[in-house]
Amino acid sequence: MRLAKFVLSRILIWFLTILVGITVVFFLQRMMPSDPINNMISKMLGMGTTMTPEEIEVMRESLAKQYGLTGSLFEQYLDMLRRLVHFDFGLSIANYPTPVAQMIGQALPYTVCLLLTTTVLSWIIGNAIGLLAGFKKDKWYSKALETVSMCIYPTPYFMVALVIMILMAYVKQWFPLVPAFDEFTFTWEWFSDAIYNSFMPALSLMLVGTGWWIISMKALSSNVAEEEYVNYGRMKGLTEATIGYRYVFRNSILSQVTALALHIGGAFGGSLMCEIIFGYPGVGQMVNTAINNSDYNLLTGVIFISIFAVATATLLIDLLYPLIDPRIRNS
Amino acid sequence: MNEGYRASFSQIWKSMGARLKIGLCIIAVFLIVGFVVYWFSPGDVMALSTYKRNQPISWEHPLGTNRQGQDIFWLLVESIHNSMVVGVVVAVAATVIGVLIGLFSGFVGGAVDRVIMFICDSIIVIPSLPILILMGSMLRGRASLMMIAGILILFNWPWPARQARSMALTIREREFVNTARFSGEGLFKIVCVEIVPHVLSWAMANFVNTVLVAIGSEASLAVLGLSSTTTPTLGNMIYWARQYQAIMLKQWVWIGSPVLATSIMFIGLFLTYTGYNEYVAKKRGR
Repeated sequence: MRLAKFVLSRILIWFLTILVGITVVFFLQRMMPSDPINNMISKMLGMGTTMTPEEIEVMRESLAKQYGLTGSLFEQYLDMLRRLVHFDFGLSIANYPTPVAQMIGQALPYTVCLLLTTTVLSWIIGNAIGLLAGFKKDKWYSKALETVSMCIYPTPYFMVALVIMILMAYVKQWFPLVPAFDEFTFTWEWFSDAIYNSFMPALSLMLVGTGWWIISMKALSSNVAEEEYVNYGRMKGLTEATIGYRYVFRNSILSQVTALALHIGGAFGGSLMCEIIFGYPGVGQMVNTAINNSDYNLLTGVIFISIFAVATATLLIDLLYPLIDPRIRNS
Repeated sequence: MNEGYRASFSQIWKSMGARLKIGLCIIAVFLIVGFVVYWFSPGDVMALSTYKRNQPISWEHPLGTNRQGQDIFWLLVESIHNSMVVGVVVAVAATVIGVLIGLFSGFVGGAVDRVIMFICDSIIVIPSLPILILMGSMLRGRASLMMIAGILILFNWPWPARQARSMALTIREREFVNTARFSGEGLFKIVCVEIVPHVLSWAMANFVNTVLVAIGSEASLAVLGLSSTTTPTLGNMIYWARQYQAIMLKQWVWIGSPVLATSIMFIGLFLTYTGYNEYVAKKRGR
């Protein structure tokens, strides 16, 4: 019964978070001292389209309708919510008349694969190294590891990405400057090619991510390692490995799981930046196209998908929590 | 008088950890460059063809000049100045707003508290960068740096608010607050006079962290050309260097100097942030 209540309350929070996100975006957009339709029309005129004033007026009306800019503010808001329930983000302006949902559908798998692999890998690697560094905090290698992660973690994702690109694609031509993916086939060649092409963005995401997990896990585990029960375990004659896993690891990993939920939003942003810098064909690259073409439908669609995805990932992690913390499961 | 209040500067310096010392030194260097050296700037650093193009490093041009005939050193100085101003403005506003809302929320409690905290949590969870990108691209060209700062404040107040609230929850049960309340003080005055000083040491640490986050976010936007394109900031410098193919032309100083400066500045801020937390924890006797 307790568990059902826990799950239900988390699902309610998930739903409300998405609602708050959508509402913030809606009102921010309306508050901007800039008319998206004027921007789009001037973009079209700038690209060499000739239109008479009457045609511009017709265009303006059709764009306003398509954009959901007709009616009062409250009607617009309800209309937007109604369309979002069906994942209807309108048509892309840059690739007219492809639906935005379809374009996102094509790019999303690339981003999800990149983000999921790097987040999970850096979480595991970072926590393993951080545990070692915190448990054996007086060893030289613990201090060296922490210093290195202190220097990498605070640097923004795109800076790390730029440095990696300059070093590995310009100075040494180890990796291709622009990643190229063939049509998906379920073969070993395709997968090895995909890994080769996405190595640089993945590396930059992992360097920053791992740095953070090392720092936070070291802080947590070095606190736990000083607890009385760890000393007691030693006196009982337990091996260092048993103490490290059963006592220190199990007690410090809990807050790292919660931290993972809070980390996902930032990692998503980092992945967008990396994809833009490297030209990786995921959502980030699509955002770049949308920026260059003032394609607000596409941008708004990406935002809603990302709010939805991040909130869902957070929900899943929250729901996993009772599995690792017996105190919540049993209470 | 408590001995601690009369501690001289050198005593404080001695009691700091290595991390905090290194961090403060790095920040001091950037403050000097961004706010003292900045005043010796030879005028409009963004103006094109002010100097000969592609000059190597020399006494006249400490970092050489770029393909656009701009002096890279003075461009960098102005960029550091503007980036730091954005960081500080956002951090001051976000910390003040966050701490006040958080204290208020924790103090009032009940349904108001729950609603405010829920909004905080939502803003923390929502990925801010895509929203910033949308706002930036709607404002493109006409965005002033302060407008970008305004949007950044919106996404940065919830962290201090959450922390201040949990502090308010513990503080409001203490004796001196009840004393103030029973002697007829208003809620606002109690918060300002009795509680803010308790939150201050934590707010300092958060302030440094918000400076870091704000400079980073502005730089991310600027690299995409979505911040103000006419005001030089660290991200803006990278944007123009990339636009003019500095990497292809192997003009490493042009693109490398803002990348390096940002990295070092962030390491400095981060060391100060963690070092200060350590310092406060040690002072409390942990």
